[in-house]
Amino acid sequence: MDLGVKSAPYTSSNASWKSAADAVPGQFPAGLKVLVVDDDPTCLRILEEMLKKCFYEVTTCNRAEVALNFLRDHKNGCDIVISDVHMPDMDGFKLLECVGLEMDLPVIMMSMDDSKHVVMKGVTHGACDYLIKPVRIEALKNIWQHVVRKKQHELKDKDLEYSGSVEEGERQLKTYEDTDCSHSANEGNWKNSKKRKDEDEDELEDRDDTSALKKPRVVWSVELHQQFVTAVNQLGIDKAVPKKILELMNVPGLTRENVASHLQKYRLYLRRLSGVSQHHNGLGSPFMGPTDAQFGQMSSLNSVDLQALATSGHIPPHSLASIQAAALGRATSKSPMPLPLVDQRNVFNFENPKLRFPEGQNESSSKHVNLLHGILTNMDSKQLTSLHQSALGNMNMHMHSQTSQSSSLMMQMAQLRPQSRPQNLNDINGSRNGIEVISRPQYTSHPKPSTSTDSSSQGMEFSGNNTFLLPSNSGMSGAEMKGSRAFLPNYDVLNNLNQSRNQEWRMQNAGLSFALPQHSSIQRGLDVSSSLGESRILSVNKATLPIVEGRGNTPNVSQHLNFPAFDKSLRSKAERLPGMGFQNGLLHERFGQEDLMSALLKQQQEGMVAPVETEFGYDGYQLDNLPV
Amino acid sequence: MERQAAYLRNALFDQGYLDEQFLQLEDLQDETNPHFVEEVVKLFYTDSVRLIQSIELTLKNTPRDFEKLDKIMHQFKGSSTSIGAKKVKKECTQFQEYCNVGNVEGCIREFQEVKQEHAALKRKLENYFQVFHVVHVACKRSSLSHLHNDYSDAK
Repeated sequence: MDLGVKSAPYTSSNASWKSAADAVPGQFPAGLKVLVVDDDPTCLRILEEMLKKCFYEVTTCNRAEVALNFLRDHKNGCDIVISDVHMPDMDGFKLLECVGLEMDLPVIMMSMDDSKHVVMKGVTHGACDYLIKPVRIEALKNIWQHVVRKKQHELKDKDLEYSGSVEEGERQLKTYEDTDCSHSANEGNWKNSKKRKDEDEDELEDRDDTSALKKPRVVWSVELHQQFVTAVNQLGIDKAVPKKILELMNVPGLTRENVASHLQKYRLYLRRLSGVSQHHNGLGSPFMGPTDAQFGQMSSLNSVDLQALATSGHIPPHSLASIQAAALGRATSKSPMPLPLVDQRNVFNFENPKLRFPEGQNESSSKHVNLLHGILTNMDSKQLTSLHQSALGNMNMHMHSQTSQSSSLMMQMAQLRPQSRPQNLNDINGSRNGIEVISRPQYTSHPKPSTSTDSSSQGMEFSGNNTFLLPSNSGMSGAEMKGSRAFLPNYDVLNNLNQSRNQEWRMQNAGLSFALPQHSSIQRGLDVSSSLGESRILSVNKATLPIVEGRGNTPNVSQHLNFPAFDKSLRSKAERLPGMGFQNGLLHERFGQEDLMSALLKQQQEGMVAPVETEFGYDGYQLDNLPV
Repeated sequence: MERQAAYLRNALFDQGYLDEQFLQLEDLQDETNPHFVEEVVKLFYTDSVRLIQSIELTLKNTPRDFEKLDKIMHQFKGSSTSIGAKKVKKECTQFQEYCNVGNVEGCIREFQEVKQEHAALKRKLENYFQVFHVVHVACKRSSLSHLHNDYSDAK
């Protein structure tokens, strides 16, 4: 399958790094590919030499644009980027954002300037570290940790997403019965192309152990995001600082870091929106300014869509449009910002793939963008493509119209994606909701969004809807779950994401297994997961076992454990995992992960709701988890 | 000669011309890369000429453009820091202080100091590298001759 073909380059590159490390175990992380960007030739030369002394493979660049082109042309040519803050041709932070969005690579900032506000800026823009010049070689020796950590997070997020929506997963299982194997293959490819180091297995295991120790991810639910947006609006987008936002939101358990990263994504989202065609400009969401309005619109649309979906269960393209309109009109009322940018992105990702699948063509990247654009922009085009792919693959054709609609929406979204700037990726990546899938644009098929949704604005709207659907799903997880097909797409997306995360189509297998109501194999979920390779399935299996978060030998396990938890619609991270797991399961379904499926099904039975529902809820959930 | 090289080097540190960053550069130097430090220093001096000229031009044409002056100086300071040019770095900081308070006279004066330190360090380093070269070559020769002797002895 494509998987094999496509993943080859990626895996080989990863493998080469990995094997290099393995070959010289004492010298790990030798061979790490580092790109250094600094306009000062003296510094550049010194850094190059220092990095070589650390046995890294160094590429130097004195211009940010050149660096970006290099990264774009050599997808797997780099593991980590080190960039100066002050550069004449492009601000280092801007490069940081671009790299994070487009390529989802860890970026380290450097500067002589050690003033807090600059360092803070680095943090909020998503830098994984900040070095003060003059840089010492000791500081460079440890940069590999950021690469590993990021990978782990991605995997973890994926698992979370999969496992998060146990209920959804269950529902999805049913819908995913007919998951498309090819789709998963695509996803796999997508995942592989994601440039993730293919140490999934190792990471999964590590993750599994560590995830239990990690504190739960914050799920940016619709309500939470709404609160966030409200706080930001109150403060004024320029003055909104994480600390104040946090105070205004007054959400217990929410940390300033959570808000900071979310704010960063949000800002990028807004930026994207401002560049997006404003289909819904008119709708003036009271939330915010034009960009915000877009965002709000989208969210409102989403919410509306969600609701629509929830209620009707079918969201015909035209209805979606209407929903969107309604949503826009009700921007204020509706409000829940469907999902934080991240989520939305996720939604897009999911939706797009989903839409595409049924629709079959989503390629036009024409501007669906209205809202989606903003959202999509966040999403890395890759992600979108991956979503699409995953959506395609995942989308069960069997999904009923709703899902197909969502698929179409998704597709639109996916289409939008190409247009959107990959900035979101940054965010997405940052959030690691597991939208890794998104980051890899390997959509093999891009189904066109349903004609009804094709209308330009529709595209956007739909996408928005989709995303919103997803978000709303999350928000409504309980309520919506019940019948929102949209979930399915989300699920698919999530699955896709997961898959991409895993870089292996294990999840797919799991999904497949889930789809099949084979309870018998539940226990064999473990086997399934092993088939996944990533032990995600294992986690799923474990999920069937008492929900034990973080239990499980495989990284997935911890996530999967969530499944059961998820059934309870836990929103905690743990929940996410199960959801993700389910989703994966659904995907896997296609792939034949019977065990997972059965596990999921089992779970579903225990408390479940229609797969679609779960999906819906899950999707919403997932969205949260999706790294926007 | 070797002693002279060592003496020159230590003097640079003792007199505050160089700081520990220079040691970092030296650490990067080895048999495979025997002239790394010199290479980097040369790179610095070549590049810094451009920056110095830029500041001079700005001081001449738009001396009150403190933002621009500060920006260029920031770059220059960064380079200087990376090779461990301690005194130069200090003068750069001083220059930036004058920029911050908008003191044109201070900037112009301080910039002269910067250039002086910059030139002084260059001379000293050039001197040091000359000796270092001699020593390095002599070492290589001696090790080679040593081998040669061994060989001929073996015969």
